[in-house]
Amino acid sequence: MTGFAAIVRRDLRLALRQGSDSTMVVMFFVLTCVLFPFGVGPEPNILARIAPGVIWVAALLASMLALERLFLADYEDGSLELLATAPPPLEFVVAAKILAHWLTTGLPLLIATPLLAILLNLPSEGFQVLIATLLLGTPTLSLIGAIGAALILGARRGGVLLSLLVLPLYIPVLIFGVGAVDAVIGGFPARTHVLVLSGILAVALPLAPFAAAAALRQALE
Amino acid sequence: MKLSRMLLPWAGGLTLLLGIAGLWFALFDSPPDYQQGETVRIMYVHVPAAWMSLFCYVVMAISAGVGLIWKHPVADVAAKGSAPIGAAFTIVTLISGAFWGKPMWGKWWVWDARLTAELVLLFLYLGYIALIHAFDDPKRGLKAGAVLALVGLINVPIIKFSVDWWTTMHQPASVVKMGGPAIDASMMVPLLLMAFAFKAYYIYVLLLRMRAEVTAGKVRALRLRQAHGAV
Repeated sequence: MTGFAAIVRRDLRLALRQGSDSTMVVMFFVLTCVLFPFGVGPEPNILARIAPGVIWVAALLASMLALERLFLADYEDGSLELLATAPPPLEFVVAAKILAHWLTTGLPLLIATPLLAILLNLPSEGFQVLIATLLLGTPTLSLIGAIGAALILGARRGGVLLSLLVLPLYIPVLIFGVGAVDAVIGGFPARTHVLVLSGILAVALPLAPFAAAAALRQALE
Repeated sequence: MKLSRMLLPWAGGLTLLLGIAGLWFALFDSPPDYQQGETVRIMYVHVPAAWMSLFCYVVMAISAGVGLIWKHPVADVAAKGSAPIGAAFTIVTLISGAFWGKPMWGKWWVWDARLTAELVLLFLYLGYIALIHAFDDPKRGLKAGAVLALVGLINVPIIKFSVDWWTTMHQPASVVKMGGPAIDASMMVPLLLMAFAFKAYYIYVLLLRMRAEVTAGKVRALRLRQAHGAV
């Protein structure tokens, strides 16, 4: 467990000292959302109707932005090989790195979300459930994304390839995340959607580190 | 190689035979549907192609898994060969489905659970193909692809049961279900004939692709030896 905490602390410190990754992700998130009123017009009703979807899609794209660098920096400077030969199993290392990635990208998105919800005129009853679904959904995105990030190590044009691999797998999270918010705004309970989202998280949490670790081992061979 | 040479003409012949018989039954010797009229004949291409799109994926994922675990080279070749065929079947499914959807639902495309899941399947195939070709070392690409194929296997049951889990426009399964098929024999026969024709076609093309892949590997090895010998 100390190894786990140490890796999380190391990655967080690296992210903070090198700066910019988290702020860039949040800036991208905000700017993408702000583009929509220009694109579809400032009509409050239309904006309120599309707000959950826009915020979710923007959050999804933003969380993918920093994904490529999840393992790449460690792979290039060789520290990934040291981590792989370290006493804690590689699955643990991967889980720790995913947690650190979520703390530096997923969490800032959550903090920026209420502001964007106001800008896009989201009905106030949707606020709570939007935050709740993002809280459940963004860790899943980081988990699934880690598999893709591990697979593309050493590939040509890795960044473009990553989006091709990861985006199809993101679709279920998007569907149920937006579905929950739409249900609450429409006056229905969001329980089913939230339960499915939790279910996806519960499946991804143990399985994704295994798949990502398997992919990393091949990259290091 | 020897086995494949023996099987190849059989699979090809079977494809032709079953395909012609199936098409004959499908186009001329089966009744039009009482609701859908003649458009129901699209089913004889659409449904087998959809079955095959899933079947190819399962074969691809299993052989990729075998290649990953036991490092058997033939399994890798089979996985690599299955992907483009499966992608083609998926495209056929989506396009024939659009042709069927236009007269029946009034739309080429609806964002419905099964259609969306099938589209995701296409993206998984394309992602797999892109991934295995993205590395300078082809072995590494195959291994990375194998992990992706196994992860994407989650999608297969979602497609299969999407019509039961969600209320959709797409009709529920009527061939394989509890209490026997809910489809008349006059439609069942051409459907099954076409399904087996598609399967034989898959085996035929897969064997062709695998032979080509193995031969390409031999050519590469010969070239390398030549290059080394020349120095």
